Amino acid sequence: MQPTFSSSRILLPVRPWFIVFSLLAALLLNLLPTSHWPGIPDWVALVLCFWSIREPRRVGMGWAFLLGLAMDVADGAVLGQHCLAYVLLAYFAAAQSRRILWFPLAQQALQVLPLLLASQFVQLAMRMLVGADFPGWGYLLGPLIATLLWIPATFLLLLPQYQPVERDDNRPL
Amino acid sequence: MIAMAGTDHAPPPFFKRGPAPLALLTFYLALSLALFVVDLRLKSLDLMRQSIALVTDPIQRIAQTPGSLVDNAAAYLRGLDSLLEENTQLKQAQLQTAPNLLRLAHLESENDRLRKLLAVKEREKASGEVARIMYTARDPFSRKIIVDKGQQSGIVAGQPAIDESGVVGQVTRIFPFSSEITLITDKDQTVPVQVVRSGQRSVVFGLGRGQLELRYIPANADIKEGDLLVTSGLDGVYLPGFPVARVVSIERENSYAFARILCTPVAAVENFGEVLILSPRQPQAPRPPEVDGRSGNTGTPGNAEAR
Repeated sequence: MQPTFSSSRILLPVRPWFIVFSLLAALLLNLLPTSHWPGIPDWVALVLCFWSIREPRRVGMGWAFLLGLAMDVADGAVLGQHCLAYVLLAYFAAAQSRRILWFPLAQQALQVLPLLLASQFVQLAMRMLVGADFPGWGYLLGPLIATLLWIPATFLLLLPQYQPVERDDNRPL
Repeated sequence: MIAMAGTDHAPPPFFKRGPAPLALLTFYLALSLALFVVDLRLKSLDLMRQSIALVTDPIQRIAQTPGSLVDNAAAYLRGLDSLLEENTQLKQAQLQTAPNLLRLAHLESENDRLRKLLAVKEREKASGEVARIMYTARDPFSRKIIVDKGQQSGIVAGQPAIDESGVVGQVTRIFPFSSEITLITDKDQTVPVQVVRSGQRSVVFGLGRGQLELRYIPANADIKEGDLLVTSGLDGVYLPGFPVARVVSIERENSYAFARILCTPVAAVENFGEVLILSPRQPQAPRPPEVDGRSGNTGTPGNAEAR
């Protein structure tokens, strides 16, 4: 697979353990105390969205549901809140993946923004409908920051696949 | 898929793709919604939550280590001077309260004797368990904190938590090694209170913005800004007499029967530190049987507002 479909560079196949590792790392990032600061993105949503677009056959709604459950329990939120949002995110990301991967990275980020915003908005709507308190507009700032992070995230998460097939000891990556 | 097996559109068996994405989506959405409704309305998923917490808890503890390391380093570097200063301040404060404290034991025993003489039920003594606040729950829609004492320390849901100046909240969920305290400022969290100055009883509701609202007080009631509200103890959950909030603003409008009274919590509700989780109150004596012709408001709510 190429970095984008219009690119001529061929990447190595993804290693399944790296997908699992990156998702767990995102979960760990989400549980850091920094997550209270306004504008800190939902790392799990970002990484899940990335893999759903790039490897829709490997990461799908099952992973989304499990990660959602973990987030719900860790957050002390109502069970099912993150599950629903992540499952929707994974579905629509996978459905759009063929289209999104044709775009250059900056435009990919623009395509991802509505997905991330919608997943945040679904959670907001679910909780507000059952009478929770409005958390403030900073809550919707996270997806915007996540969109800005799309290019570095893509670079980081594709890094293991950029390695050449034949190892060269003089080449750092 | 099975229904489609006979048609021409079925994928050949060497492309194994599992159920159609839309079917999977419907399944997972239905499952999530079912979880949401059951958790919200029936609150019967605590076992599931606890078992998932066994997996997420270690990750959470790992995630908390950098923060606590920084905290510890900061506390270490804060230096001897400030500690000495704090020490002298504490000593002075202790000296100031010493006369009252010294006489407390004497007064309590005297009070006990008098109460026995008057055949009034003895006052319960407050005791509890000190717990350290680990972190604030991440959920931005509610105001909860997680403390480091759980089932293993015998905490049960419903116990009130206080700090050195007043009521902080109530234990709402327990996990094996931690428990979740819903703060009194959480939206619709309720505490039955009494105005110290006038003795009027009512219920204070959290507003979710770090403020509380005292409801069901008539517009012409005797209440002023700065009045202290303490727990009334009528609910059987909170012991009576703990400070809860102070009235900051009162709006009286003729079109409403009740005044709109805003209060701020007395305790440092939204700050980190330590809390004391009070042990559950002894069950109250059963209500006397209703006598015909005397059915009125006796002032005791039927069951405690434990949310």
